[in-house]
Amino acid sequence: MTRFQKKLWIGLLIMTLLTPLGILLPQKFKAEGAWGEWGTDKLEKLLGHVPEGLKRWAGLWKSPIPDYNFGGEGASMTLQVFSYIVSGLLGIGICAFVAYMISRFMARHGK
Amino acid sequence: MHIPDGYLSPQTYLPLYGVSIGFWTIAQRKLKKQLSLKHVPYLAMAAAFSFVIMMFNIPIPGGTTGHAVGAAIIAILLGPWTAVLAVSVVLMIQALLFGDGGITALGANCFNMAVVMPFVSYGIFKLVKGKTARGSRIVVAAFLAGYLGLVVAALFTAFEFGIQPLIAAGANGRPLYAPYPLSVALPAMVLEHLFPFGVVEGLVTMLLLKYFLKHEPDLVYAVLDSSPNR
Repeated sequence: MTRFQKKLWIGLLIMTLLTPLGILLPQKFKAEGAWGEWGTDKLEKLLGHVPEGLKRWAGLWKSPIPDYNFGGEGASMTLQVFSYIVSGLLGIGICAFVAYMISRFMARHGK
Repeated sequence: MHIPDGYLSPQTYLPLYGVSIGFWTIAQRKLKKQLSLKHVPYLAMAAAFSFVIMMFNIPIPGGTTGHAVGAAIIAILLGPWTAVLAVSVVLMIQALLFGDGGITALGANCFNMAVVMPFVSYGIFKLVKGKTARGSRIVVAAFLAGYLGLVVAALFTAFEFGIQPLIAAGANGRPLYAPYPLSVALPAMVLEHLFPFGVVEGLVTMLLLKYFLKHEPDLVYAVLDSSPNR
């Protein structure tokens, strides 16, 4: 790894440690989730019902760490912040690894 | 901008899977031809960067949240086809591991954020930059690339949401999938990305490009791209 690349990785790690801002600021400014990404309970509140097709497919995939939070919905902010950082570290590690492996097989010397 | 499962009808998500698979196939062919080994570590970092920048949810006080995607700077630094690959990997891992974006909607999400966005951003960057390789014009080009790239990606996403009530309704006439029509989805998503989310993407793109031009100018694909042997 070159010195420049090392610097970039340090930058990425610092960014990852700062990611809790991405949940703390929305909480502070009373902002909700993204438009169009409501859960079925929120849709029930918005519309008074959940569209049938949406209800059928919404629970299709049970991800291991839903919402980057392994404490579940009722988790304390401390646990959420911790989960968020751990998810960030896992995420950048796995993304980098997968992207590296895929591109490693495509790349050649001297191009 | 990550469409969850259940919001898109099969008539929408299946064709968009097809389109994304088409782009992945072309990307793989292109990269096999042009990707250099020295770019591999940067491609890995690009994916990590896109993942982490999407974790920074930006609040609109009392409203919704949104985030930058990072696809514009990746397209400028490493080329749009590389960005297709890097951002698609990220969206796949977000969906599988963190439930961010649906499995059925993965093709659509990849189309919006990993295909539309890098190509729009790259096109705008080249167009505004013109023949200059330095100076203030390139900075403006980078900002607009990020800004408009994200806004256009949001426009496509809003369109996919908004056509659902037209495509599929239940026996009682109520929409089966995403409930809001184009008249609601388009302004809601486009306005919030015009301000503030797009501005953040623009600034991130601009600042990172300045950093790379200063420290590793030979890496910047969109500047080298005009040389004859590319």
